[in-house]
Amino acid sequence: MKADFKQVRDTLVVRISGELDMLVADQLRQAIDQRLDAASIRTLVLNLEKVTFIDSSGLGVIIGRYKKVSAQQGRMYIVGACTSVEKILHFSGIDKLVPLYRSEKDVVSN
Amino acid sequence: MWSVIKGRWTSLGLESYMKVKNYVRFEFNSLPENVAFARSCVGAFASQLDCTLEDIEEIKLVVSEAVSNSIIHGYNNDPSQKIEVIVSIFDNGSLEIIIKDFGKGIENIEQALEPTYSSDPSHMGLGFTFMRSFMDEMEVISEPGKGTSVRLLRHFPSRGHQAMA
Repeated sequence: MKADFKQVRDTLVVRISGELDMLVADQLRQAIDQRLDAASIRTLVLNLEKVTFIDSSGLGVIIGRYKKVSAQQGRMYIVGACTSVEKILHFSGIDKLVPLYRSEKDVVSN
Repeated sequence: MWSVIKGRWTSLGLESYMKVKNYVRFEFNSLPENVAFARSCVGAFASQLDCTLEDIEEIKLVVSEAVSNSIIHGYNNDPSQKIEVIVSIFDNGSLEIIIKDFGKGIENIEQALEPTYSSDPSHMGLGFTFMRSFMDEMEVISEPGKGTSVRLLRHFPSRGHQAMA
C-alpha cells in the first residue's frame, strides 16, 4: 500500500494504491489523521483508482475518516473505485454516506 | 456447539457425501502480512474451478475476513500463534474453505454473527456478513479457550463439472 497526499487550500486528496487490509489499515488511518489534524481540512477526497482490494479493515478506515471529517463539518468523497472495490463500498452502505465519483475532476465540477 | 447455515441454526453433524477432487492445506503464523498470502493462495487454488474473476474476488474477500478475525479477535493480535486453512474442491464443483484458529474462541456466536456487531468499535462488524453473503453456506464452530473454525462453502455447479472434464 502506498498513499500520496496533496493539499490544496482546505482540500486534502489522498491517492492510495495497493491492497487495503488489516496489514495497512492502521498505517493509513494514522497518515490521514495526522494531516487532518495538522490543517483545517474541509474536504477529504480518497482516490482509490489504484486500490486493487479492500476488506472490512479498509472499510473501517474509510468510515472512521468519514466520522472524523463530518464531526469537523467537512465533506468527504471517494473517487475512481474499480468495479470490485465499488461493489464492496456499495455492499457496506458506505456509498450512501460518502458520494462516489469517477475522477477527481468530477468532484471539482460538482 | 452450534453452527449457522444460511442464517438457519442447526446442530452439527453434517455429513459430506461429496468426493474431494483436490485439496490444499496450509498453516501460518497469525501475522497481518499473512492475510494477503492466505487470500491469494485460496484465490489461486479456486481458479481451477471455472469461475469468474468476480467469484475469485469474493472468495479472496471472505478468506481475508476470516483470517483477519482469527488474528484480531481469536489471538488479540498476537503474531506468534497458528492459523490453519484447508481448501477442498468436490466432484460436484463445490469449493469448501475451512479457516481454523486455536485462540480465545467466541463466547456468544449469535451476537458475533449479527450484521452490525463488532467487539471493536473501529470496525463495522461486516466480516461475517460478507462471508454469509458471498458464500452459499457458513458454519462457525467455536469454543471459548479452544478456538474458532469457520467453514465456508460455495457451489459452482455446471461450471465446476466443465472445468474438471
